[in-house]
Amino acid sequence: MDLAYSEAEEAFRHELRAWLAEALPKLPAKPDPRDWPARRTHDLAWQRALHDAGYAGLHWPEDAGGRGATPTQHLIFLEETERAGAPYVGANFVGLLHAGPTIAAEGTNEQRRRWLPPILRGEQVWCQGFSEPDAGSDLAALRTRAVRDGDSYVVSGSKIWTSHAEVADWCELLVRTDPAAPKHRGITWLALPMDTDGVTVRPLRTLAGSEEFAEVFLDEVRVPVANRVGEENDGWRVTMVTLSFERGTAFVGEVVACRRVLGELARTARADGRWDDPALRRRLGRLAAEFAALWRLTQWNVSEAERSLRGGGSGVPGAGGSVFKLRYSHARQELYEAAAEVLGAGSLDADHEWVADRLSSLSYTIAAGTSEIQRNIVAERILGLPKGR
Amino acid sequence: MDFLLTEDQLALRTGFQALLEGRFGRDRLRAAVEGPPLDRGLWRELGEAGFFALRLAEADGGVGLGLQEAVLLFEVAGGALLPGPLVATHLAVTYGAVPGADGALEGGSAEAPPMGPVVTALEPSGLIEHLESADAVLVGSEGGAPVAAVRPAELPSAPLRSVDPLTPLCRLRSGAEGREAPGLPQGPVRREAALLTAALQLGSAARTVSTAVRYAREREQFGRPIGAFQAIKHLCARMLVRAELARAAVYAAAVTEAPHDIAGAKLLADEAAVNNARDCLQVHGGMGFTWEADVHLHLKRAWVRKEQWQSAHEAEDLLADGLIDELSP
Repeated sequence: MDLAYSEAEEAFRHELRAWLAEALPKLPAKPDPRDWPARRTHDLAWQRALHDAGYAGLHWPEDAGGRGATPTQHLIFLEETERAGAPYVGANFVGLLHAGPTIAAEGTNEQRRRWLPPILRGEQVWCQGFSEPDAGSDLAALRTRAVRDGDSYVVSGSKIWTSHAEVADWCELLVRTDPAAPKHRGITWLALPMDTDGVTVRPLRTLAGSEEFAEVFLDEVRVPVANRVGEENDGWRVTMVTLSFERGTAFVGEVVACRRVLGELARTARADGRWDDPALRRRLGRLAAEFAALWRLTQWNVSEAERSLRGGGSGVPGAGGSVFKLRYSHARQELYEAAAEVLGAGSLDADHEWVADRLSSLSYTIAAGTSEIQRNIVAERILGLPKGR
Repeated sequence: MDFLLTEDQLALRTGFQALLEGRFGRDRLRAAVEGPPLDRGLWRELGEAGFFALRLAEADGGVGLGLQEAVLLFEVAGGALLPGPLVATHLAVTYGAVPGADGALEGGSAEAPPMGPVVTALEPSGLIEHLESADAVLVGSEGGAPVAAVRPAELPSAPLRSVDPLTPLCRLRSGAEGREAPGLPQGPVRREAALLTAALQLGSAARTVSTAVRYAREREQFGRPIGAFQAIKHLCARMLVRAELARAAVYAAAVTEAPHDIAGAKLLADEAAVNNARDCLQVHGGMGFTWEADVHLHLKRAWVRKEQWQSAHEAEDLLADGLIDELSP
């Protein structure tokens, strides 16, 4: 059990800090969150800056244009960028964390050359067309149909919860190519250019009032067969490579941010004279234990990924990520409930940063696998309980 | 950074697990429930296995290992529900506050620590466990040392009927018979006591997960194992999440030894042990409510340990103060 970082890891941290101190003041001001084109420009500029400094695709394999960083280096990167207040991955999320790694792992050399460099250079935005109105937690039940016609697939159906769809160049799309096969075996992964005829994007308004994601309607959209990654009907496996790509680092920046907010809550409560309330103080004290432990659990999962990689394994933490996500998503909601207590009637001011975050935190136990699905995964894959409902 | 256990640490844990399974299996556990909870023979064997002298230098007759290794052994002991004042005896040996070979309390021989002393402690709650079996009681030192030992008879105390059949308890009667009550162990002794108690809780929390899961796989209702029902699955998943979060906190505190980390570890391990035992009981249905099932032993011991060395309120207050301190320039 060793929590000390190696000399090389500390050197990496030092170099990164120095670069951040120099690069961040040069960034333009954060755009209005409602201005999607401005957000795209801002996020891509940040990705370009990372690229020029050699930090793009830090955790990607070197032969995919990445830096082949260890999981610990990636942890340090995410920790330091969050601490420094650097922009969030934003519009680059799907490209860097889902579509890109999938193409790196499963694409042909030509596909890698075509799609990966523009992601790393901050030139193209990807979005994700996985969920459908009738295929949420049961993703494999998706029904968007693709029929082969010469050198193209003709795709019809609809996708939902697609972030950044309005400003994306590409969509990693899951389609059904064999309706007769068992549901996991008739799915194919396609790269869809978002400017293709027949693609319609309709923004969805969240309960926070913002348009964070969209519905994507596909009406006889022609996608070249050359845009298929992996074999036809092998898309489920191809996708699972993506979904399990993270190596224990998925929420590093967010845990760092939560610990900062918790400190701000304590400071605010003290300034407002609320610090004498033992119930509030203890509530915040308990959350401090919670987030400190979540940070340690992150370090544990990253250490596991690192050992797996050193031993020639995949570096994928497997179901351990579900353990983390279950507790983290709940803790984050608790944090903003505590924030509402600190704010009192001020918690009704929707323009307050914590109030906006309280609203968006309501999605954490739903997005990327609901807590109920995560508990099934933990129970069946880690604890070995029988499948069944 | 490599937070995982080293090979030596894994081997140590496995070895101690095997020793306890052989020497303190279920029959012995149940015998301890019905009979005297503390078995001096087993206690001596624990001493010979290095459980108490684990952190003494080899030159002083110890094993020469550290707090991390102690935490791993205590985790195993907690899972097995091993009775006795494990924490106090371990700390008494570590800090040289044990009765000597001649039975004298002062100057316990450092070169050859006796293998079989039973040392309990005066705890912040005012309770003392296993007092009747103890050779000595750890208290606060009046001198420079963080801890000293007194004879059990020197403590004015009254027994109470302990909720846990494996942990006899006495309450300190302060100021009785004109004598001043001794102070509490302080400094590192108190922090390490909280951490080792958290490790015991972690072991129990992990054990109740595996017990619940085993039962959920075996027990059938409506024609299938109850573990196939989501209601049961989700209880079990929540249990694992609690245990794993507590594990991360306890192991990290063993590395850093920082007061805030120890407070957080105790808080989360207490929560995991108590709530996991509760959920384990629920998974067992009616059987969980019986004396015969072991579930209640985990729950009751978790309740006892929760009150030992650092209460939830103390831990939360310490952690809350830390939030303010972090912000001070």
